Amino acid sequence: MSQQAIVKVQGLTKVFGQLKAVDGVSFEVEEGEIFGFLGPNGAGKTTTINMLTTLLRASGGTATIDGLDIHKHPNEVRRTVGVVPQEYTADEDLTGIQNIILCADLYGLPRSNSKPHAVELLKLVGLEDAAERKVSTYSGGMRRRLELASGLINYPKLLFLDEPTLGLDVQTRTAVWDYIRMLKVEYKMTLFLTTHYLEEADSLCDRIAIIDHGHIVKIGTPGELKASIGGDVIVVGVAETGPDISADIKSIPLVKDVKKTDHEYRIKSEVGEESSIQIIDLVRSRGLHVTKISLTKPTLDEAYLELTGRSIRDEETNKMDMFKQRVTMMRARR
Amino acid sequence: MTEDLSRSTVTTQEQVIDEEKRREAERTFRAAPQLSKSPLHGLWALTNRDLVKWYKNPIQLVISLVQPVVWLGLFGSAFNLGNFVPKTEFEATFGATNYISYLGAGMLAFIILFTAAFSGMSVVWDRRFGFMNKALSTPVGRGSIVVGKIMQSTIRSLIQAAIVLVIAVVLSMDTTHFGVLTVGGSFVMLFLMSFGLSSLFVMLALRSSDWQTQMAIINLLNLPLLFASNAMLPVAIMPGWLQSVVRYNPVSYAVDGVRQMLLGSASITNYSVLAPLWVDFGVLVVFAALLSILGIILSWRLLTK
Repeated sequence: MSQQAIVKVQGLTKVFGQLKAVDGVSFEVEEGEIFGFLGPNGAGKTTTINMLTTLLRASGGTATIDGLDIHKHPNEVRRTVGVVPQEYTADEDLTGIQNIILCADLYGLPRSNSKPHAVELLKLVGLEDAAERKVSTYSGGMRRRLELASGLINYPKLLFLDEPTLGLDVQTRTAVWDYIRMLKVEYKMTLFLTTHYLEEADSLCDRIAIIDHGHIVKIGTPGELKASIGGDVIVVGVAETGPDISADIKSIPLVKDVKKTDHEYRIKSEVGEESSIQIIDLVRSRGLHVTKISLTKPTLDEAYLELTGRSIRDEETNKMDMFKQRVTMMRARR
Repeated sequence: MTEDLSRSTVTTQEQVIDEEKRREAERTFRAAPQLSKSPLHGLWALTNRDLVKWYKNPIQLVISLVQPVVWLGLFGSAFNLGNFVPKTEFEATFGATNYISYLGAGMLAFIILFTAAFSGMSVVWDRRFGFMNKALSTPVGRGSIVVGKIMQSTIRSLIQAAIVLVIAVVLSMDTTHFGVLTVGGSFVMLFLMSFGLSSLFVMLALRSSDWQTQMAIINLLNLPLLFASNAMLPVAIMPGWLQSVVRYNPVSYAVDGVRQMLLGSASITNYSVLAPLWVDFGVLVVFAALLSILGIILSWRLLTK
């Protein structure tokens, strides 16, 4: 991640009436990384994406994409980025390939190029056999892959994906993840995605911004976010009630906190693997028998809980968004 | 969220991205072509999309033709005033030799009015089902999105009007004045009316994502525009206040112009004529130009929130 930033956002704000949906967010996305916006529904993820893809006018703040200002050069921004929106946008009455060629026309791709490119993209997402079928006959996974393909039609440098796996089953979800990874690795594409699935952010993203109530709470790699909650938890069981050696354990480097119960020490460490060996040595050197030891890595779930003060929850959104989301889920599950 | 979502546990056909696919990806993205910067790119693609959806679903066409056929075949036949009013008086009042002919010209306007009224609905559906957002995220002109909707509605309505004209002729519409110029001229007038009305209804739907409201708007405007016009009955027999309303209704000028050309109503009687032909034409040109320009200007402002 030594490249320069392809997305630069400064104090971006969107106000809907009384509600500050996005409240002065600032961040950068490096070229070639998978950057994730993690947060509950209504946190402002989609609103931010919509501003960056010029679907919404920002109420305040600035943002540039590949050096292009989103306020001053919206059309150039649209040419540079690809968008895979949350809802299914393909026209159900048209076939897969008709949909992609329509997209190509909207981007102004020359006709001589759009047909072969559309075929290539359909092949890429494994839809070549369904190309001539109406989209209304597609399954949820096929629709999602079609959306991916149409998001790629303009050879984007940067691809925005809004909740790319919403409503998909486990298998299709992992397939979509594979396509996203492939775009990063093979095409060196930069990907910006939003999600409210912790597993998705954890397994896909190079860096994550946790967003809540329109604010960015924290930005970091999944590892950093997990580390920020205080590190790994080591539980050491001892055979007999001996002297309390909590203070000694605490003096071991990297150990941050020690709690003693009857036969157990619960220890928080920045790097559990290193500390645990030293802890065992220490416990034995005091003549105590180690009966058991466990090492737990913190999950993003805990990090999220710690940072936002609550677990990811569904929040009431407006009627329109609910409708769109229901339609998306309904079609995904078909 | 306890289900195991790790990628290693499930193996399906879908998730295997093999070597061949990877090479495919490399080939696919190697050379990006220059994107068109013409302000009109994508306009025909958008228009054609709606047209394809329309002719691939002929039931829609058949249903849209039922109403004018019912009006012509049932109402027109039953209301054939020529049967009980002295022929000279009928012709003097209506400027046509029989009521079916008179109503036939009105029905051309009818089918165009009703098709144009629903042009806004497709904007609402595109918004609801996400296609609008897709289009807005591409560099296609905002004006093209609106003009595409207006064009598809105009083209459809003119094709339907042509079919209605054929039906009216089958139902004994008077064809003595038919010619290349009169039929062609009539369709130019209908084109202008359709373009203007479609602009109006698309404009009213630009911000809307709610089809109930849109239906209400259609019903609110459709029948008044139809009945407060000369489509069914001559202006001369209407009460004074209604006559002045009719004169502000662009539909009246299209119907008047079509009657003057297709039925030669001006040569039969001046009593039934609303305005000279050139005035009809002028009013429609101004109407279509004004509303479509307004629609394009509003699209720049209203499509992006």
